[in-house]
Amino acid sequence: MSFLSVNLPLVALLPFFGAPLAAFAARYHRLASAWTAGLVTILSLLFLLPSARFPFNGDTLIQSWDWIPAAGLEFAFRLDGLALLFALLILVIGLLIVIYARYYLSDRDSMGRFFAYLLMFMGSMLGIVLSENLIQLLVFWELTSLTSFLLISYWQHRQDARQGARMALAITGAGGLALLAGILLIGHVVGSFNLTDVLAAGDEIRAHSLYLPILLLILLGVFTKSAQFPFHFWLPHAMAAPTPVSAYLHSATMVKAGIFLLARLFPALSGTTEWMWLVGGAGLLTLILGAYTALVKHDLKGLLAYSTLSHLGLITLLFGFSTPMATVAAIFHIINHATFKASLFMVAGIIDHETGTRDMRRLNGLLKYMPHTAVLAMIAAAAMAGVPLLNGFLSKEMFFEQAVLASDTSMITWAIPVLVTLAAAFSVAYSIRFIHDVFFNGEAKDLPKTPHEPPRFMKIPVDLLVVLCLVVGIAPMLVAGPILAVAVSGSLQTATPDFSIALWHGFNLPLLMSVIAMAAGVWLYWQRQIIYRLHEQLNERFDGKAVFDRLLSQINGFAAMITRRFDKGSLQHAALWIIGTAVLAGVIGFANQSAPLFGERALLPIDAISLMLVTGLIIASVLTAVLHRQRLVALITIGVVGLIVALGFVKFSAPDLALTQLSIEIVTIVLLLLALFFLPQLAPAESDKTRLWRDGGIALLAGGAVSVLAMAVLSRDFMPISGFFIENSVPGGGGTNVVNVILVDFRGFDTLGEIVVLALAGLGIFAMMRGLKLPAPKLDFSGRDWSNDPHPPIMQTLTRLLFPLMLMVAVFIFLRGHNLPGGGFIAGLIASVALIAQYLANGIDWTSDRLRFDMHKVIGFGLLIAVMTGVVAMMLGYPFLTSAFTYLYWPVVGKFEVASAIAFDIGVFLVVVGATVMILVQLGKLTHEANHRQQQEQK
Amino acid sequence: MEWLIALAIGVMTACGVFLTLRPHTFSVVLGLTLLAYAVNVFLFAMGRLTIGQPVVIDATATGYADPLPQALVLTAIVIAFGMTAFLIVLALKARSELGNDHVDGLHISNKKNGARR
Repeated sequence: MSFLSVNLPLVALLPFFGAPLAAFAARYHRLASAWTAGLVTILSLLFLLPSARFPFNGDTLIQSWDWIPAAGLEFAFRLDGLALLFALLILVIGLLIVIYARYYLSDRDSMGRFFAYLLMFMGSMLGIVLSENLIQLLVFWELTSLTSFLLISYWQHRQDARQGARMALAITGAGGLALLAGILLIGHVVGSFNLTDVLAAGDEIRAHSLYLPILLLILLGVFTKSAQFPFHFWLPHAMAAPTPVSAYLHSATMVKAGIFLLARLFPALSGTTEWMWLVGGAGLLTLILGAYTALVKHDLKGLLAYSTLSHLGLITLLFGFSTPMATVAAIFHIINHATFKASLFMVAGIIDHETGTRDMRRLNGLLKYMPHTAVLAMIAAAAMAGVPLLNGFLSKEMFFEQAVLASDTSMITWAIPVLVTLAAAFSVAYSIRFIHDVFFNGEAKDLPKTPHEPPRFMKIPVDLLVVLCLVVGIAPMLVAGPILAVAVSGSLQTATPDFSIALWHGFNLPLLMSVIAMAAGVWLYWQRQIIYRLHEQLNERFDGKAVFDRLLSQINGFAAMITRRFDKGSLQHAALWIIGTAVLAGVIGFANQSAPLFGERALLPIDAISLMLVTGLIIASVLTAVLHRQRLVALITIGVVGLIVALGFVKFSAPDLALTQLSIEIVTIVLLLLALFFLPQLAPAESDKTRLWRDGGIALLAGGAVSVLAMAVLSRDFMPISGFFIENSVPGGGGTNVVNVILVDFRGFDTLGEIVVLALAGLGIFAMMRGLKLPAPKLDFSGRDWSNDPHPPIMQTLTRLLFPLMLMVAVFIFLRGHNLPGGGFIAGLIASVALIAQYLANGIDWTSDRLRFDMHKVIGFGLLIAVMTGVVAMMLGYPFLTSAFTYLYWPVVGKFEVASAIAFDIGVFLVVVGATVMILVQLGKLTHEANHRQQQEQK
Repeated sequence: MEWLIALAIGVMTACGVFLTLRPHTFSVVLGLTLLAYAVNVFLFAMGRLTIGQPVVIDATATGYADPLPQALVLTAIVIAFGMTAFLIVLALKARSELGNDHVDGLHISNKKNGARR
């Protein structure tokens, strides 16, 4: 197994492993988590780079493992040019963000938490871009929604952060659901979730009748993630995040995930009229809306947020054009936007950090305080405006060219070049504002801090990005050409069209549009006060957030109304709903049944003893229900019910069940008696008579329905599947008691589950009783003092004599269990009864002195033995819990069978003893302590 | 005989349901215990009723009862005990924390003057 066959999953998963490390490292030193995050990012990058040669050779690297093959799920990763470009952007810009954030975060911010979230987010993004399987892609997609929620709400104490994060999560989460539906439909059409198959099946998808639903659903996912109109409004509110987060999420990652998906599914979905109108339309609207709003925002980050919207719109519009050259321009602009927008966000963060405000009405004339930052900002903003010699200019020229080309296709589309020039003019205007308003334009007004240059290393990431803007702008083909070419071929899944990006293309229409946009932009900025006034009159009339909030509060109100209807905070009420629903479901089931209610099976004759016993059971049950307020009496009658049930098991050929029921009955009654000590002996009468009648009615209905159902089954013949167990019990399990063989052998795994449940119940009870202090009632229910007699001597003596005998019975029952009625469960219960009898007869102190087992350990030991028998089988190469047996010849005893299932049964035995005794002894101790306290009080 | 057993299951269910709907914890525990009996017998009866033919392999046996429901019910009995024990301790805990044994943590007598929840 070579490194290049496993490295891609590691690239995506490393940050997830690094996240807890970063959180953990923060314990030792504040900056240790930043170092961890940086090193993890570099490591991820090093894992990625060796496979970069595949895309450059024109190959696609695919690494896949089966996950749930039946559901078409593979754990599959792919690396083509598009994935490589995005992975590089995510990692390189991520690394710069890590450096920047280390200086940005203040002492009060938890570094560990920040970098842990950031790494998880980075891993999710890498997962999206490197996924081969669409379902897996969606999993990572949802993970970005969740982790970005954590990042945006990083300053949890701020309400706007919490609200912004919630809005981002709600909208991108809803989009994720739509995307899931779209992906499932694609899988249905193509028959595979693997991108290789999906991308090759573009014609098939486009010709399919489900194409439009697929497109709509996928675009819903894309538009919500990439904040395209009309889902754009979450992005500006997400600006409440710390600036490094904004710089990362809104330049190279989160919002680019949607764009990535457009590029990724381009061969499968693009090229139709629907695609052009939907994608292009949303892109154009977002482009113009974002550019206009960016100019009128006074918040530095608000300006950048809307400018991000506008640039995302631009890229979306380019994909909407659906031509190979437009794709080249789109991907080129993805690179450029990531570089200049990340640096601008970082500059905004520096300004915020050093001055204490982001309000451009107060920030002025910062040039003399921070000249270095000012230069960086100017270059980056010029790139955003599309000034020649910078990367933004090149992609904008290409964009204009594509807009002009698109306008040839039909009559209406002549508007496109006009509109994009208008948007470009606004983008020039807000870029000028970013520079002029902040660094020039007079003196700063009452800043919270005296501004100065930030620490040197805070600027280094910005330096690097700005240099990149320049270098790409001057020598595009040399620097960005190769990676752009492979990325485009990855997106198109065909050869890249010939393109040549150059500064000078001669005098043509795009150049004219650029000049017009520049001039118009300067004029717009000059006239900005008029625009502000106009905007204030229109202000917030179309506020997405208000609509969202109203919708949210309506949904919440609706949910609260439903909840109020069903959940009145009352167990009785809830139980009524549950039982009522069950009865209703049963009645509907019966009503829809056309077959006769009862079958033809020959019934057994009734004998006098059975009749008597069942009559007794019915009387005892009814008495329990009627007399439940006299609790001691009800306890006695319910004991009668349990005993008759045990007798019934004897009658109907189930000796194992009878033994179990009998011993459980004893334990249960002792338990309830102990508990009853602390509860009122008599319950008050219920005032609500109608409720009694209503409950009685429901109870009768339920009972009647169950009776009819039982009879409907009992009167029919059936085909049991038990033949297998009966036939294989001796040859396969080595035991003649089939019930026991099923428990410890055939269905051993189930039994393991059952004893785990029992162990958990025991431990849960132990946990609940810790610190539990209940007052002992002073008088019994008849108003008499409790008897102060010590433990009755005859019972004491007898139980002590009986103890070894009972244990012997337990051992006997245990040993014969495999062949005759008995086994671990029953033996465990008998042993428990023997132990509990000692506690009852001799008192807690006396018994605890002599019985020094810690029942926790007994339970643990039992579970360990049970699991070990399974593990041993596994180590020998058999499935978990496979049993083996052999026969030994002992003197006197004769032929004796030894099965590994016996070891399993010992585990069962120990868990049953441990749990049962622990429960009862804990409860007994409670009584004991309460009595003790009371006696002391009396003294 | 089948009618008798079906009737017994029905009566245990009815009484169990009635008790489960009562407002005091102890009654609810009793009710669930009765329901557990009913469910166990019901499950057991799904293997049909057989008299005098225990499932212990023997050359002279003429037939066997269905062992599968028996194995299921055996563990169900033990689990039902675990559940009963858990519930009753929960009831005690509720009484210790809330000072009463009403299932909703309030007493009819103090409902009017703002019950502790």
